[in-house]
Amino acid sequence: MEARKPLLLSLIDGRGAIFLGILTAAAVLVPLLSLVIPANSAFAIPAYLVALFGKYLCYALLAIALDLVWGYCGILSLGHGAFFALGGYAMGMYLMRQIGTRGVYAHPELPDFMVFLNMKELPITWWGFQSFPYAMLMVLLIPGLLAFIFGFLAFRSRVTGVYLSIITQAMTYALLLAFFRNDMGFGGNNGLTDFKDILGFNVQAKETRVALFVASCIALGAGYLIARAVTESKFGKVVIAIRDAESRTRFLGYRVETYKLAVFVLSAMMAGVAGALYVPQVGIINPGEFAPANSIEAVIWVAVGGRGTLVGAALGAIIVNWGKTFFTGALPEYWLFALGALFVLVTLFLPKGVVGVIEQYKAQRASANKGGTAAAPAAE
Amino acid sequence: MNMPSRPRALPLETKAKSLTETLSVLAAAFFLLMLALIAAPHARAQGGFDVIIGLTTDKFPDTERALNELPGAGLATAPDIVEALVANRLYLNGPARKLYFADEAGKMFDAATGESADVMASALKKVRINNAVRRSLDAARGALTLMSPDPAKRKAAADSVFKSRDATALPLLEAALAKETVSANRKILEEARAAIVAGDSGANEVQRLEAIDILKSRGDQDAVSVLTTIASWSEGRVKAAADSASSVIQAKLALWRNVQNIWYGLSLGSVLLLAAIGLAITFGVMGIINMAHGEMVMLGAYTTFAVQEWARTSHPGLLNYSLFIAIPLAFLVTAAVGILIERVVIRFLYGRPLETLLATFGISLILQQAVRTIFGANNREVSAPSFMAGSFDFGSLQIGYGRMWIIVFALAVFFALQFVLRATSFGLRMRAVTQNRRMASSMGIDTNRIDAMAFGLGSGIAGMAGVALSQIDNVSPNLGQSYIIDSFMVVVFGGVGNLWGTLLGALTLGVANKFLEPIAGAVLGKILLLVFIILFIQKRPRGLFALKGRAVEA
Amino acid sequence: MDIAKNSLLYLDGVSVSFDGYKALRGLSLTLAPGEMRAIIGPNGAGKTTMMDIITGKTRPDEGDVLFAGSHDLTKMDEASIAELGIGRKFQKPTVFESHTVDDNILLALKAPRSALATLFGKPAADTRARIDQILETTRLKDHRLRLAADLSHGQKQWLEIGMLLAQDPKLLLVDEPVAGMTDAETAQTAELLREIAIDHSVVVVEHDMSFVRDLGVKVTVLHEGAVLAEGPLDVVSADPRVIEVYLGR
Repeated sequence: MEARKPLLLSLIDGRGAIFLGILTAAAVLVPLLSLVIPANSAFAIPAYLVALFGKYLCYALLAIALDLVWGYCGILSLGHGAFFALGGYAMGMYLMRQIGTRGVYAHPELPDFMVFLNMKELPITWWGFQSFPYAMLMVLLIPGLLAFIFGFLAFRSRVTGVYLSIITQAMTYALLLAFFRNDMGFGGNNGLTDFKDILGFNVQAKETRVALFVASCIALGAGYLIARAVTESKFGKVVIAIRDAESRTRFLGYRVETYKLAVFVLSAMMAGVAGALYVPQVGIINPGEFAPANSIEAVIWVAVGGRGTLVGAALGAIIVNWGKTFFTGALPEYWLFALGALFVLVTLFLPKGVVGVIEQYKAQRASANKGGTAAAPAAE
Repeated sequence: MNMPSRPRALPLETKAKSLTETLSVLAAAFFLLMLALIAAPHARAQGGFDVIIGLTTDKFPDTERALNELPGAGLATAPDIVEALVANRLYLNGPARKLYFADEAGKMFDAATGESADVMASALKKVRINNAVRRSLDAARGALTLMSPDPAKRKAAADSVFKSRDATALPLLEAALAKETVSANRKILEEARAAIVAGDSGANEVQRLEAIDILKSRGDQDAVSVLTTIASWSEGRVKAAADSASSVIQAKLALWRNVQNIWYGLSLGSVLLLAAIGLAITFGVMGIINMAHGEMVMLGAYTTFAVQEWARTSHPGLLNYSLFIAIPLAFLVTAAVGILIERVVIRFLYGRPLETLLATFGISLILQQAVRTIFGANNREVSAPSFMAGSFDFGSLQIGYGRMWIIVFALAVFFALQFVLRATSFGLRMRAVTQNRRMASSMGIDTNRIDAMAFGLGSGIAGMAGVALSQIDNVSPNLGQSYIIDSFMVVVFGGVGNLWGTLLGALTLGVANKFLEPIAGAVLGKILLLVFIILFIQKRPRGLFALKGRAVEA
Repeated sequence: MDIAKNSLLYLDGVSVSFDGYKALRGLSLTLAPGEMRAIIGPNGAGKTTMMDIITGKTRPDEGDVLFAGSHDLTKMDEASIAELGIGRKFQKPTVFESHTVDDNILLALKAPRSALATLFGKPAADTRARIDQILETTRLKDHRLRLAADLSHGQKQWLEIGMLLAQDPKLLLVDEPVAGMTDAETAQTAELLREIAIDHSVVVVEHDMSFVRDLGVKVTVLHEGAVLAEGPLDVVSADPRVIEVYLGR
């Protein structure tokens, strides 16, 4: 309708430009500061910080995925941690297969925990994970498939609102219990850890960490752009319409369940990618990632930043997790108090989140200016 | 019956033993007296055969005869003699007609009197054994334990005869049966005899069928295994009777297994009910998603702990009754916390269920950390009062008082709540506010007050649930988290806004869980149940007892 | 059967109950192609339930609901029924509050409804023109870039009617279109509906008698889930049973 800009540029609004700019800067500066300048320089970034920032970026991607379903489609998923963890497990399985004979038991094929559990051969679920492309495919497919099956059943039966939230929570809880079992074949309680290589590079090496950081930047940027493309399309308008007035949308002839399912699956895949990038950077994936509390925590990131804004979600994830790192280091006793208070205060006083407040402030300034200029001629 | 349950059963047995101890001493004394009176003339009637002398002749036939007579001879040392002979520690002094036995340490005793004797084993001859003697020895041994003055030993002996079904023990059984006075032991003896007779192809059919009837009335797994072996090599009516008896028993056993599962299920269900019932008020009736509900339960449990500590340190006499103080106190404490939460946070979020969910989750984190800071992160011990310890038998079922009282408590709370909602003016106002807030308000009901009180009521009930849960679960800051998802499942499964649905939902899920456990294992059973509920909600999005129609969709 | 074939909408013996409460008891109704019909009746007569059944929101316990003689509406979901050409306006104005007026109409505009089409498809060339035309009809042209949430109550009602027009359905179901409107707005709405009725079939549920009189069409009176009377408003309002239902209690 309007003069057509190139597709990509049309997706980037002012907020997005700042966000992508910072992301690009990070992707350039972090390698420079951690690899090029000498380690004893005041500006040097140590390897552990690179991994920490990388972790935040993964959380930010998870937050964008969650914002897509909650902020735009009104589906409050309390089980997105499950998709994140499944993506992480898929990556973890690849990393386990890369260990090869360097494990404690030096078994050429079986990871240590399987030897320990007296398993004789590799379970079918593990087949193919020695291949990176296959593992990456699974990072997308497994969360996507779970989201598809779950969403297909839930949306078709028109489970909405808090009911949906509660059963998504039950879903991740059931997975938590399942992954704790040794006979699931995913390492039980201990999960997957002691990784050695990724694509032939040592996961502990500084260079690899920087590369993973840059990959996280790219994934976050791409995730953001995909989310923008979706929400800015007519499809996105339908999705927002569903959030605002579901039955109205239905009576207009849109098959609401299909739309919800599509958004849910896309979001689950994004969460899976976030999990897959997260695992090599933190060096472990265990069933604790399925804990319902993790998923709810992700919701508060989105709420803090401002739902339905994408950039806000990412920002919220980074702010809250930075706060977590700070508190658990300085005042570990008080972190849960702070997090709990954050939940309460944000829902009570910041329903639109940080970005929402900024927007509101800008809108007020704009209308004040407009009012000012409008009033000025009258005064003359 | 099976091994793992053994250790738990043990203290009960000891207790039972101590109860009967006084009685059994008297009975044993009486029994010995009777034996002496009967046995002495009996020995004389046999021609004055003296058992001790018979054993000192060093001739096999005499030894054999002496052993046959031994159980009936009324000799206090008879068991020692038999055991010594088995262990090859029985010595004779032929010329002196004296018999001695050595204990394990090699100390010598006079076999006639049981007094210690100053003799050297090396100076004596050992009593010899051949096959005929050995047979008599075994019989005497069995007979002596069957006739032991200790009823528990007699019972054990009868049990082992039942299991061995040794036909040679039959005469001994008959003899023991004639003298047995403890009716429970008589029963086992009769069953042991029946086991032998039923399996005796030489016995007449009528007797065998009667015996099978006795086995059938015994009705346990042992009886089934006896009956199946008998059926496997018998023919005709005996085989048919054995087969039918064993299938009757198996059906009965299966029934009891189900009864047991139901009982355990109801017990679990009552716990779920307690945890969920407060939620049924806040979520089901008021539409508030209270994620801090589990923490209310946890606060109730810590109140119980605190009351108990107070009683322990300052009023030890009250310790056994501290639960009765804890129940109302837990209600008041959690209700107060609930009202505070409602006034400070939730009332600003009515009509925004998802925001309420997040805010109350934040509150749950704060409460957990607060309790952790005050009481520490470790589990706290809340001991059970005496009236909740122990158990009683109901058929083949062992019913623990603890579980039983929790079920009673859960139902009491449920019906009390029903009463409050149905028959008090507060209940009436609350239902009015739930159904039509504006109308209720314009009728002069202070809706704010009702909201706060209803939330307090739901929280208070959660606190009382915490008192009960402190009896069966670890009291820790995480206590609430383990119940919150289950509680939501119960309320949603049962149908929101319907307390009866919550009752039925809790009990159904409890029972289903216990039936799934033996098939799938505890964890997998729980997963299956969660998956089932997830699927169920999709089939019936508003639970078992959903309200239908336009009203609910508004 | 001929009646069923020749009518646009055909309801026969439709019953539905909620937890024992019979909302509809053997409701029968036919609507000819191109007809406009007003449905009146006291609260609880089953008007909204009837709408729910026609649009697939509620399944009847028994009875036939046919559209254009051949489509069995009891077997279809809301989206398929909407695609078939039945549009619905709710009692309470329901628009997409966080979309602009433009986008509200755009979403309603007849176009492929599948997720793939909306995600990757390009809008038809005449989209802008069609939106403008509808905004013209509904007198919302000046508000096209405003968020629907910021519209007045009456404007929201019109926007919703505009969305119905954009859908270009064969049959419009309109539930209390003038509830909460000023007299002027009510008159304008009646005019708008008459305009629409020129090339659409319309069923209007309404309480407002003067509005129904303004429409000047055949009236069906529902009572306790069944048809009580049918005919021109003058005839119907003279029917003693109708008077009893409306005034008797």
